[in-house]
Amino acid sequence: MLSVKMALRSIGANKLRAALTMLGIIIGVMALVVLVSLVDSATSSITEEVSSLGSSLLTVRVSDDKGRPVKLEDLQTWVDQEPAVAAVAPYATTTATGKYGTESASFNVYGVTPDEYKIQNMQLTLGRFIASSDVRNNSRVCVVPEKTAVDLIGYSDCLGKEISLNGVKYAIIGVLKDEDESLASILMGSLKIAYIPYTSLVRLSTDTGATVSTFYIGAAEGYTLDQAEKVMTDLLMTRFDDDDDAFAISSQNMIEEAMESISSLLNILLGGIAAISLIVGGIGIMNIMLVTVTERTREIGIRKAIGASRRTILVQFLIEAVVLCMMGCALGIFVSWGILQIISTITASASISFHLNGRVVLLSVLFCFLIGVIFGLYPANQAAKMKPIDALHYGG
Amino acid sequence: MIELRDVSKIYQIGDERVHALDHANLHVRPKEFVSIIGPSGSGKSTLMNIIGCLDVADAGEYLLDGMPIEAYSENDLAEIRNRKIGFVFQSFNLIPKLTAEENVELPLIYQRVKKSERQTRVRQALEKVGLEKRAKHLPTELSGGQQQRVAIARAMVTNPSLILADEPTGNLDSKTSGEIMRMFQELHEQGNTIVLITHDNDVARQAKRVVHILDGKLTEVTL
Repeated sequence: MLSVKMALRSIGANKLRAALTMLGIIIGVMALVVLVSLVDSATSSITEEVSSLGSSLLTVRVSDDKGRPVKLEDLQTWVDQEPAVAAVAPYATTTATGKYGTESASFNVYGVTPDEYKIQNMQLTLGRFIASSDVRNNSRVCVVPEKTAVDLIGYSDCLGKEISLNGVKYAIIGVLKDEDESLASILMGSLKIAYIPYTSLVRLSTDTGATVSTFYIGAAEGYTLDQAEKVMTDLLMTRFDDDDDAFAISSQNMIEEAMESISSLLNILLGGIAAISLIVGGIGIMNIMLVTVTERTREIGIRKAIGASRRTILVQFLIEAVVLCMMGCALGIFVSWGILQIISTITASASISFHLNGRVVLLSVLFCFLIGVIFGLYPANQAAKMKPIDALHYGG
Repeated sequence: MIELRDVSKIYQIGDERVHALDHANLHVRPKEFVSIIGPSGSGKSTLMNIIGCLDVADAGEYLLDGMPIEAYSENDLAEIRNRKIGFVFQSFNLIPKLTAEENVELPLIYQRVKKSERQTRVRQALEKVGLEKRAKHLPTELSGGQQQRVAIARAMVTNPSLILADEPTGNLDSKTSGEIMRMFQELHEQGNTIVLITHDNDVARQAKRVVHILDGKLTEVTL
């Protein structure tokens, strides 16, 4: 404690020099903390948005059914049996040419069951969604998003109108609210979409069979996706003779995963750049400590004459370097906090809040400490190994 | 107390070998006040460095309190300087950033003396040199004589076996020199062992015993 006080005093004796030396560390810490916090905040905001778009899903792909293919009825049984599983929806899609009057367009046709509505968080503006009876009877009905309706038919109030998909007529029974600003809609562009009963799709498309090879699972309220995944895994393991190669369960949030890998890459990249500037700051500290040691040669001589050991002198100068570093670090963190506050205020409307990332603060504190020790060691050792007589007679 | 036996120190300056100390012998008994006098270049400083454990002799034996100094490492020497020797230098050698009392406290900190004890001992030492009112002043705010008194307080605060003074009055006017020398007399009367190195005959004569040094050789002088 006493030595820290002494170090502060030595630093305080030459304030301008200390401030300029610390600047390197301040800038380094700022770069590290601000950049990583920005990337982290942005990533978490985006991931949150992505996950609100319905990534609370598991995708199950059956590759080898072992003679016990999954049927539509099985899906319903699972929902009824397992409390953790709220909804199971088969996934099948095909492309078809849709026509209304003289208008024609390319369609993405999805074969669905009523659960699809729950799982994808859909919202109807008009009519109803595909019902179980539609699935049972292979009804020729369809539900379309508002945008598709407007694009093809010209207006959204189109219940009862019939569009033909690959020449087969389907009556529109419901219109879905467009997902606003959804990433999916941006990615899909102006693609037309139609939802028809799963059984109807089996007839429409040649490559969709009556058995289900891919389906979605949604977790029930009060259960996590992991719990649902575990239940489903157990279930399918029993069904497919404990062969875990027969099926694969994956969470649907590929975008989230991509975001994560991008952000960790960015973090490493930016963190690396910031670390380099911190090291440069450390070299500044070493430089100034070497100057200090030379300047205070006489003081070192006096201290040695009255009984300071090598270690005492080494520790004294090392502490001074570390204190200098840590002061720079604290100031850097404080300034970073200010900068992030300002950015948050400016971007308040963008619904992204930027805040100090605790992990990176801790990391920069540790890093600064290390830099102080590493770059302080050489000057401190120079001081410690001075011979008392040489030091005493230096410049005097 | 101090026992130098055939101590030699040789410096290589260019091609020349200079005998700073040439088989010097000296015996100082406890509570003695000895002056070592010699012109500049006579080996005074070398002798002082060796007696003060700041440097080690090339040949010969040096016993301080019966312990041979040659056998010790650098850290041991630092400890010996800390506990057994109190230095008073010509140029005071106070640390400019520290106040008078902090300068006096420093050797006690190196001895790891407890804070409360440090404070009492520092106060006592400053009282002895009559500077208790100046405790909070920086060296630059003190006169030369006062600075040297702080240095004396620092030298004796550890109760060393030996007070080693190197031209303690060299930078002072004659009046202040007188004061400082009286202080050494007092310290001597209180039972301290003092070795005083000087080139000034008047100063040297104040000691009970004077040793002359010339070309690295020591000779006793009877006054």
